[in-house]
Amino acid sequence: MGKILEIENLSLAFGGVHALDEVSLAVEEGSITAVIGPNGAGKTSLFNSVSGFYKPQAGRIVFEGSDITRLKPPRRAALGLARTFQNIALFQGMTVLDNIKLGRHVHMKTGLLAAGFYLGPAQREEMALRAEIERDIIDFLEIDHIRNLPVAVLPYGLRKRVELARALAMRPKLLLLDEPVAGMNREETEDMARFVLDIQQERGATILLVEHDMDVVMDICDHVAVLNFGRVIAAGPPDAVRENPAVIEAYLGVEAAHTGEAASPRHGGPG
Amino acid sequence: MSIGNFKERYQSDEAIWRTPASRVWFGVLLLALAAFPFIGNSYHLFIACLIGINVISATGINILTGYTGLISLGHAAFMGVGAYSVAYLSNHLGLPFYVCLPLGGLLAAAVGLVVGIPSLRIKGLYLALATIAAQFILGFVFNEWESVTGGGRGVSLAPAEIAGLKLSTEFELYYLIVAIMIPMLLFARNLFRTRIGRAFIAVRDRDISAEVMGINLLHYKLMSFALSSFYAGVAGGLMAYFFKVVTPEQFSFGLSIFFLAAVVVGGMGTILGGIVGAIFMTLVPEVLDAIIHAFGPGAIALLSPAREIVFGLLIVGFLIFEPRGLAEIWRRIKRAYELWPFRN
Repeated sequence: MGKILEIENLSLAFGGVHALDEVSLAVEEGSITAVIGPNGAGKTSLFNSVSGFYKPQAGRIVFEGSDITRLKPPRRAALGLARTFQNIALFQGMTVLDNIKLGRHVHMKTGLLAAGFYLGPAQREEMALRAEIERDIIDFLEIDHIRNLPVAVLPYGLRKRVELARALAMRPKLLLLDEPVAGMNREETEDMARFVLDIQQERGATILLVEHDMDVVMDICDHVAVLNFGRVIAAGPPDAVRENPAVIEAYLGVEAAHTGEAASPRHGGPG
Repeated sequence: MSIGNFKERYQSDEAIWRTPASRVWFGVLLLALAAFPFIGNSYHLFIACLIGINVISATGINILTGYTGLISLGHAAFMGVGAYSVAYLSNHLGLPFYVCLPLGGLLAAAVGLVVGIPSLRIKGLYLALATIAAQFILGFVFNEWESVTGGGRGVSLAPAEIAGLKLSTEFELYYLIVAIMIPMLLFARNLFRTRIGRAFIAVRDRDISAEVMGINLLHYKLMSFALSSFYAGVAGGLMAYFFKVVTPEQFSFGLSIFFLAAVVVGGMGTILGGIVGAIFMTLVPEVLDAIIHAFGPGAIALLSPAREIVFGLLIVGFLIFEPRGLAEIWRRIKRAYELWPFRN
């Protein structure tokens, strides 16, 4: 299988701070790839560059063989790039259902006049969307009981799930998940991990995620890249990365790495 | 308690009137609207026409401010563009009202599009200031472009006419206004059942994530400005036919604030909010007037200033006790009725 996303020598600086320093990373099509690293390592900056919020000063982002480095976010969405946010970015004034429907926006055609007069094609498009969302997303993520609630009243774990639902409605080829299980209890974490695996296996979507929960990362990922101070310090299969001295040093400090103790970084970096 | 209301198709779940009872009530409302001119006197009709025009305009600013989250303090100026366009098209080109009104709306939309351009870069208070600037620039144009606007004296125009029938009395204009208002309200309501309306709300709630969802911000902000101004332009055109004269004072900054207040009091981001807000803002001063007059002629001089104070207090009161507007009160009443005898 080929590479769906290739990041080549990406550099991003805010003033004097190098958030990303010549980062190169490739994501295999159909894989689950994780980006890990201590807080402030540049993981979210990397995500924001891929989804188009940040404009990197140097380097290239290639998605399915075409350069998207300078493309605006809506165009990237149309190509099949979807994401969720670390601090949940749902539309508070809309119901769960409308939030999910919004995910399909770029793939729909209805124009202003057809929408206002609610003409046949507009109506059919909306109804087909509703049926598909009910069948493929709401059922799948087990959120049918909340579909008509405004997202503002939902607890945290469910909001995360609705955000995933909205991203799925975008028909993603590559799904970026920014800390999908952060702040969740064990049960919610297991549910989410199962959903992510199902999305990869049954829908053929490629997943790139940032996560601090090492159990989840080690369990479900095929490939792990470790960032520290804006640089990739290690990359490879989870087991190899876990044993890598540079990674242990980044997470636990120099001493631990030298004594060879505490072989695996278990729950994220310090602080 | 409302029971047995099951849906077998998504279509009926997403209908505007979702229960048979609500469809019946809507029919009753239409009948009442049709019968009203035979019951009310000409004063009642005058107020009803004004309300109808204001409902259209308030729905316009609701699309922009309530649904898309872009504040506008220049709404009255867009109405003015519609009114002057209608007057010009009717006087100089002799076009009938059913051509003038949409054209007036489209011209207002074009002006709104231009005024909306800064909204991509600025929002909140800054956008409020930019739209105030538009209000005053257009006000200046209304005053000074005498060959078109007649300057401070304004322009008068002939009554609307359809198939030889002059629509000049309140009775006739009432039907014209209602016949335009209802489709425009339905249009707006439909919009928010589809992708276009959802995109507007997404821009309001979180524009950055809207962009990642594939929504082109510039496109939808400008569309919202244009659509909102179209509503304002049609309302302004109806005002021209209603008063049969167009002057700059009709479209003052105060009127822009009037409409902003109407959607805030009524409830931003709901179609019902624009409707009840416009009704409230138009009707309450009249009701207060009637109360003052009931106290006899001696009270008028004394109480007239109090009218403004009471009006202001009512607005503040509603904002404090129901910040989400009158529409929210209505929604709560309906919900309580549906759940009875249970409570929430």
